[in-house]
Amino acid sequence: MGIPRKIHTPLTNEVIVSLHAGDMVLLNGEVYTARDVAHRRLYEALIKGETLPIDLSKAVIFYAAPAPTPPGKVIGSIGPTTSYRMDFFTPKLIENGLKGMIGKGNRSEEVVQAIKKHGAVYFGAIGGIAALTAQCVKKVELIAYEDLGPEAIRKLTIVDFPAIVINDAEGNDLYDQAQKKWRINH
Amino acid sequence: MEKKTKKVRQIDCKLITATVKKLFIKANTILGDDVVQALRSALASEESATGKQVLEKMIENANIACREKMPICQDTGLAVVFIEVGQDAHIVGGDLRTAIEEGVRLAYAEGFLRKSVCDPFTRKNTEDNTPAIIHIDIVEGNRLKIIAMPKGGGSENMSAAQMLVPAAGSEGIKKFVVEKVAHAGANPCPPVIIGVGIGGSLEEACILAKKALLRPVGEKNKRDERLAQMEKELYKSINDLGIGPGGLGGRISALAVNVEMMPCHIASLPVAVNIQCHVARHKELTI
Repeated sequence: MGIPRKIHTPLTNEVIVSLHAGDMVLLNGEVYTARDVAHRRLYEALIKGETLPIDLSKAVIFYAAPAPTPPGKVIGSIGPTTSYRMDFFTPKLIENGLKGMIGKGNRSEEVVQAIKKHGAVYFGAIGGIAALTAQCVKKVELIAYEDLGPEAIRKLTIVDFPAIVINDAEGNDLYDQAQKKWRINH
Repeated sequence: MEKKTKKVRQIDCKLITATVKKLFIKANTILGDDVVQALRSALASEESATGKQVLEKMIENANIACREKMPICQDTGLAVVFIEVGQDAHIVGGDLRTAIEEGVRLAYAEGFLRKSVCDPFTRKNTEDNTPAIIHIDIVEGNRLKIIAMPKGGGSENMSAAQMLVPAAGSEGIKKFVVEKVAHAGANPCPPVIIGVGIGGSLEEACILAKKALLRPVGEKNKRDERLAQMEKELYKSINDLGIGPGGLGGRISALAVNVEMMPCHIASLPVAVNIQCHVARHKELTI
């Protein structure tokens, strides 16, 4: 809690180890949107040893697919989708260099362990405030899988995008800690 | 006394299409006053500082969406449509389903709403957000009531139905509902609204649960005191889970719990729980 800390992508190992579950951050720099089908494609490309359309070692992936861009806007409404659907593919991506993810909701034990083992971080963004978060996006570039429409991989340049560290490289889980704190047991 | 005969009234498909289009754009960009009011009340009673910040952002987002005519959430949903057709309404100039689908198509294209419908196997997007999910009821009268309900995937994914045994009773129902909400945690964008459907058959319980989500937030079940009581108990149990706004911990995990019920088979106790995120969208018009 407290004043959010500004973070810049790509994430360095120094930054990653300094982040702790519960830290409020403002993300700046480039992130890539990728969700369900894009994950399957990235995963399959890794299995086949093909070159990926993005450099995973420098990437932060934002689980998101924006609404269409209206005239005069940089992007349509955009916010996180639920992350667990990417859990099957994520450990493989982390093993291959992925350092950061932005989404919402709990991750599997496999993802939490991969984050810990390889030094990565999972940021939570607030779901359902997509008109607000769209204002943090300053530039959009289509990168790959255009056929997927909203689900295509896009490079976003974000400024002061609000997020909170959910899973850190030490293995902590904010959702678990915070919800337990407020639970009233009967 | 002879029943008053109703005059048959013609309703043109063009009007149906235009109405569906208008309602989906409106539903996706203007959050209902009841929901905004519920978020404000939640902000006043939330004790967690983080929870308060999250609720403030949700209210601010609703304002921005309305002002900028942008979708409140990027997930502009499956297009769920409830239609009540007066038995004395005569639909002309086409067929009802096609007229509705065309309204959805136009809304999602011209309203810059995300197309979120795909083939289950290939995952190829249908590119116009159709087919819509259409529920048609035949009612008295000669008018047509159209309810447009964009339903997001994240909260729908956390929903469930179960055929309980009659011995499970109301305690079994409450246990099932609370377990589903607890398991959902941060996933369905809390604070959530919970629709519960009890009785009927498997599909009827699910439809009841979805219809329960259409009730104004804060209004209890007026038809059955037992259900109003169950709503109160579930509301407390769910908020005691500590999930909080955004799942980041707090007092407010649900804005409302709405329960609907109908008779069921002597062998069964169907229960469905339909979870709705805080962006609870639905708009209606009678034409």
